[in-house]
Amino acid sequence: MATHIEKDDVSGTATTGHTWDGIKELNTPLPKWWLYTFYACVIWAIGYTILYPAWPLPGGATQGVLGWSSRGQLEQQMAAVAASQKETVDKIAAMSLPDIMKDPKLLAYAQAGGAAAFKVNCVQCHGAGAAGGKGYPNLNDDDWLWGGTPDAIYTTLKHGIRYTDDPETRDSQMPSFGVDGILTPEQIDQVANYVMTLSGETADAGKAEAGKQIFAENCAACHADDGKGNRDFGAPNLTDKLWLYGGTIDDVKAQLNKPSMGVMPGWTKRLDDAEIKELAIYVHSLGGGEAPATQ
Amino acid sequence: MKHETLEKNATLLLIFSLLVVTIGGLVQIVPLFFLQNTIEKVEGMRPYSPLEMAGRNVYIREGCYVCHSQMIRPFRDEVERYGHYSLAAESQYDHPFQWGSKRTGPDLARVGGKYSDEWHRQHLANPRNVVPESIMPGYAYLSGKVIEPKGFGANLKAMNLTVNNGNGAMYSQEAIDNAEADLVAQATGENAEGLMQRYPKAVARNFDGDGQVTEMDAVIAYLQVLGTLVDFSTFKADMSR
Repeated sequence: MATHIEKDDVSGTATTGHTWDGIKELNTPLPKWWLYTFYACVIWAIGYTILYPAWPLPGGATQGVLGWSSRGQLEQQMAAVAASQKETVDKIAAMSLPDIMKDPKLLAYAQAGGAAAFKVNCVQCHGAGAAGGKGYPNLNDDDWLWGGTPDAIYTTLKHGIRYTDDPETRDSQMPSFGVDGILTPEQIDQVANYVMTLSGETADAGKAEAGKQIFAENCAACHADDGKGNRDFGAPNLTDKLWLYGGTIDDVKAQLNKPSMGVMPGWTKRLDDAEIKELAIYVHSLGGGEAPATQ
Repeated sequence: MKHETLEKNATLLLIFSLLVVTIGGLVQIVPLFFLQNTIEKVEGMRPYSPLEMAGRNVYIREGCYVCHSQMIRPFRDEVERYGHYSLAAESQYDHPFQWGSKRTGPDLARVGGKYSDEWHRQHLANPRNVVPESIMPGYAYLSGKVIEPKGFGANLKAMNLTVNNGNGAMYSQEAIDNAEADLVAQATGENAEGLMQRYPKAVARNFDGDGQVTEMDAVIAYLQVLGTLVDFSTFKADMSR
């Protein structure tokens, strides 16, 4: 390897003096601005590793003199947000739902907070627009299974429906009239025809007439004599044209045979009381909310 | 030694290259073996029950991890959406772990208990059933794939081979012996006393509503336990981790 440094004839650039098999290497240095930026980065990196957690050592990584940690940063951010909302949230936590709704500022806050919580926790079943789907109730209408006052919605949110982890959950069971042999297929056909007539649908009049008696004996206890349902049991109103599991006679028969019964979780494990209140107010405001009970 | 000697001798160059890479590797990796504080102590973690493990096997087989992560990072947006950030201890029985670095679907680290079994069944059968805008594929065939309990203890035994946590084996001989019974008990909710003792907080019930133990039961059982085990009421965060 020659070390004689010379200029290249063609380009006029100095060579490094290294020659391999007669080929000479040109020496084109890095631009100065680049080189100094690089040195600055090296110095910055050294400072960074002193200030922030960096070097892994036996017994733990270096902590950095600033004492920064991602967990600590999160805690600070959460605390800052909580502090900025504390006044409002404390009021919501302390006040009753009707009182919150009378205060325009609290109402607006609750609806916004409830909308955010709804997007995270509720849309998967009730849909992004809260219109629900088969088996998942529409929250925009005024047809409520367990009640549509703010307090009723709050209770549903808090304890869930058929939610086994909460002893205070809303609970009811519709018997499997077909599968358990309580009614014969013929009787199910008859009572299904009767149920269709309740909401003014066309049905076999003869079968419906026979089904009336079966309904009174088997169904009226929960769905009421007139079929308008009972919110104490979450028994749906059968006289409207809103159906949770479909409104054809086959759907009704399937439901009589082996009922689907919805499960909703209680939210106390994931949301605090103020958040549940906000959600209740938001859901109540979607369109079908009923006026709070006056006492 | 002149550098030229090194450059013109392939064997020597190889040896020295290896030496350099080794030094770099040692500096980065060796300290990790002596880090005693990686996994913090938490209460409530336990190995997966047999049914949950069967579900986890399906989860891995179907490549769920390609779109779903199981790691909530300590950022406000993630914590507000998914819940408490994930702890290393929560993955201690995951071999391999399911953290992931890409989310096409949401993070599943704390999905347990968030939805009903029936929701999961409908959603797995065809996600558009419940989430119209979902692009997740359907897995309806899981309902038809029966899990044979016989010999399931071998799965637990195999997991024991993966453990090097200083606490001995992941599953006791008793757990291995009872694997078949525990699998059935959790999928039916019947005779679940032994199961609950061996796997506290296990959710035992008929997950998919039909009479057989299927992969649908297993996947739902697995999803319903994710992120539910650690008792955060007794957890004190150490800021240095």
